[in-house]
Amino acid sequence: MAIIEFTSKGIYCPQGRFYIDPWQPVDLAVTTHGHADHVKWGNKAYLCHDLTKPILKQRLGLDLPVETLPYGKQILINGVKVSLHPAGHVIGSAQIRLEYKGEICVVSGDYKVEYDGISTAFEPVRCHSFVSESTFGLPIYKWQPQQEIFKEISNWVSDNHDQQKTSVLIAYSLGKAQRLIKNLSAQCPIYVHSSIANLNEGLIKAGVDLPETIRITPEIKKETLQQGIVIVPPALADGKWMKSLQSAATGICSGWMQVRAGRRWRSADAGFALSDHADWQGLLQAIHETGAEKVYVTHGFVSPFTKYLNEIGITASEVQTRYGEEEEETAETVTNLKEA
Amino acid sequence: MKRFAQLIHELENSNKTNDKLAALVGYFSTANDKDKPYVIALFTGKKPRRPVSTALIREWATQLSQIPDWLFAESYHSVGDLSETIALILPPASKQTDKPLNQWITELAQLNGQTDEEKKTFILDAWDQLNTKERFIFNKLISGNFRIGISSKMLVNALAKQSDTDSSKIMHSIMGKWDPSEITYTELIEGVHVNTDSSWPYPFCLAYALEAEADNLGQPQEWQAEWKWDGIRGQIVKRNGELFIWSRGEELVTAQFPELSFLMDELPDGTVLDGEILSVKDGKVQPFSILQQRLNRKTISKNQLNEIPVGFFMYDLLEYKAKDVREQPLSERRALLEEITMQLKTKDIAVLSPVITYESWTELAEIRQESRAMNSEGIMLKKLTSAYHSGRKKGDWWKWKINPYTIDTVMIYAQKGSGRRANHFTDYTFAIRDGEQLITIAKAYSGLTDKEIKEVDSFVRKNAIEKFGPVRTVKPELVFEIAFEGIAISKRHKAGLALRFPRIARWRKDKIAAEINTLEDLRQLYTSTL
Repeated sequence: MAIIEFTSKGIYCPQGRFYIDPWQPVDLAVTTHGHADHVKWGNKAYLCHDLTKPILKQRLGLDLPVETLPYGKQILINGVKVSLHPAGHVIGSAQIRLEYKGEICVVSGDYKVEYDGISTAFEPVRCHSFVSESTFGLPIYKWQPQQEIFKEISNWVSDNHDQQKTSVLIAYSLGKAQRLIKNLSAQCPIYVHSSIANLNEGLIKAGVDLPETIRITPEIKKETLQQGIVIVPPALADGKWMKSLQSAATGICSGWMQVRAGRRWRSADAGFALSDHADWQGLLQAIHETGAEKVYVTHGFVSPFTKYLNEIGITASEVQTRYGEEEEETAETVTNLKEA
Repeated sequence: MKRFAQLIHELENSNKTNDKLAALVGYFSTANDKDKPYVIALFTGKKPRRPVSTALIREWATQLSQIPDWLFAESYHSVGDLSETIALILPPASKQTDKPLNQWITELAQLNGQTDEEKKTFILDAWDQLNTKERFIFNKLISGNFRIGISSKMLVNALAKQSDTDSSKIMHSIMGKWDPSEITYTELIEGVHVNTDSSWPYPFCLAYALEAEADNLGQPQEWQAEWKWDGIRGQIVKRNGELFIWSRGEELVTAQFPELSFLMDELPDGTVLDGEILSVKDGKVQPFSILQQRLNRKTISKNQLNEIPVGFFMYDLLEYKAKDVREQPLSERRALLEEITMQLKTKDIAVLSPVITYESWTELAEIRQESRAMNSEGIMLKKLTSAYHSGRKKGDWWKWKINPYTIDTVMIYAQKGSGRRANHFTDYTFAIRDGEQLITIAKAYSGLTDKEIKEVDSFVRKNAIEKFGPVRTVKPELVFEIAFEGIAISKRHKAGLALRFPRIARWRKDKIAAEINTLEDLRQLYTSTL
């Protein structure tokens, strides 16, 4: 029996009788992180990192049956040793390490190798088999160090201030939003959409050190927003509320902004290639450091990345999953938008 | 180069015209004087001779980045632009320079005639001293195709603003014949070169599409109505005994249409005409698909001259007796144009584009319904008092086009897009029915909203039958209405017919695959256009 199997419900550990990030309801869902494509509603029990718990409660309901683990602590589930290790993707994100009869497998969920200043830094874990994402698995994706990107964003914000434009950054409410807040709060006040504010409250309660932000409410004057930085999730990018802002300059923060076609398609004023996923080199580095004999490649540029790994002597195969289909922001955001 | 890279960055960092204009004005106020004519040349598509072939550039970049060819190809497919792919894929530069743009361009030009090894040394050294943004520009300089969404009109407006000069004068100047290595920015703005050049054309006057009802335009008798012909818009310039034919793409196409060369002898010097180059047989305008067979050929055979004779339908007169008459009202220009036509000895080849007589907007709307039978795209409305404007200006000229043709098709293939779209299936191939078979008829990738794209994408993922590289064969189930402008016989397409400008008009969720159009329907449509 293999330590993991890829089933129609998700990644399954038959010995441990649990799933990792399943997309259909199961008894026990071990959860890598709180993005909507990795955690669905309806499982009988959830196991995740301590800091993912407030995120799940916030998104899926307060009565959600969630158990937690800190990084590095090992527990036994039906004889399988299970531990969580930092994935560096977003706050609370974890790689799931499974060990049974000496065979070790790591399911990494989503990850990045650069330390972002707010999520616990990625930690390579030695294993026999490794499940890796491939969101940016092409050599055209090479991130600049984040300090350079933040300098660029910061200059853009200053230019907007000079021209009396409101700087609106479009970023996922979990991950990119906190990263921006942490790195830009020294410059000016940050106004966040309620979906981000709600998440932040939960995270601060759980002990995350986040700079102060201001929740956007209808009472806040549009002119006041102009003095600061506004952060909203992608679902709002083309919404009515954005149109109501006078002379807004929009900047999308996403790895897809690396390519000009990506920027054009989204018709924003600016694009910043800031990603919570590993770039090409990051993926290769992470895989090398696991020492894995076998790599399973999920969501992203699955085919070329798998082919390349095999050519450089790492046995790899393609795996179909439902991850990466749209990271977040559907109904929840739209309701909040009406409130705002 | 850094200042130019900054300009490109600013232009790409906004989708608002005013910001782009401000960026251009800023550039032309502060940049290196020698660079400026080169930038104007780049933005107006004046191409220097390509010094290094694409194949070599690609080969060197692949070698340098140490990736296999197929991975380069995958990356290129995802980015959709070769210069950009190379810029992104190369290892980081080891040094930095800030050589002026004009020097880069001159050095690139000097590569012509050198050996491949010498070229390689130069290119690799250049890549090693430029950052990603600058490399992208450098690669574009090699290819000569510098398109970044700046229309020549926008450039001209920026130059006019920067130099406080009349925009039509600048448009003249930059459309004329000049060489960026021989002219200064000031000379170019002043247009010192154009007076000695007999070929220079005027900027075309363009029309916006009429969105509102024609009734809103006021009194019918204030407007001149003509057919909107579907050919090649052309400007015929006769000066100093020479004849030049310019296309709207600002290319000289004189040699392509020998039928019109008689105008060199018959038009008086100092005459400039605006009109449409059309295929005309026995007095009837042929569809664009016929004229197309005559275009972009180096030599025209006798047979083609006989089979597809070309004519010129005159719309307007821009220069009369060597005087610019564009500011005179259309009614006066038309009278002068009629006078010129009368004096032509050769009749029936260069003719007046007929004016449509009508009493009311309702009547004109009815006449417009006959456009297709005339092989016309609809009606042009021009205010009788209007001047001949430079470029597009709202209010005086309108194109009142007929609705496009449409057919219902079923999607059979889907392919991932590039860049941000690389993660979604956004490029589709559509088929119509031919007996029991489905036969490909068009490819299109525009016309759907982001939400619809996601919906189609999810359908493709669940209903993919086969996989050929990035392409998926899907269950023929989704019906789309495809709009297009014309049909032509095509040997390259299996259906034997090809659509012109196909795009998705809408997703027909109300229809099933059994209800789509057939090849026979399309053949009948084609026959009806002849």
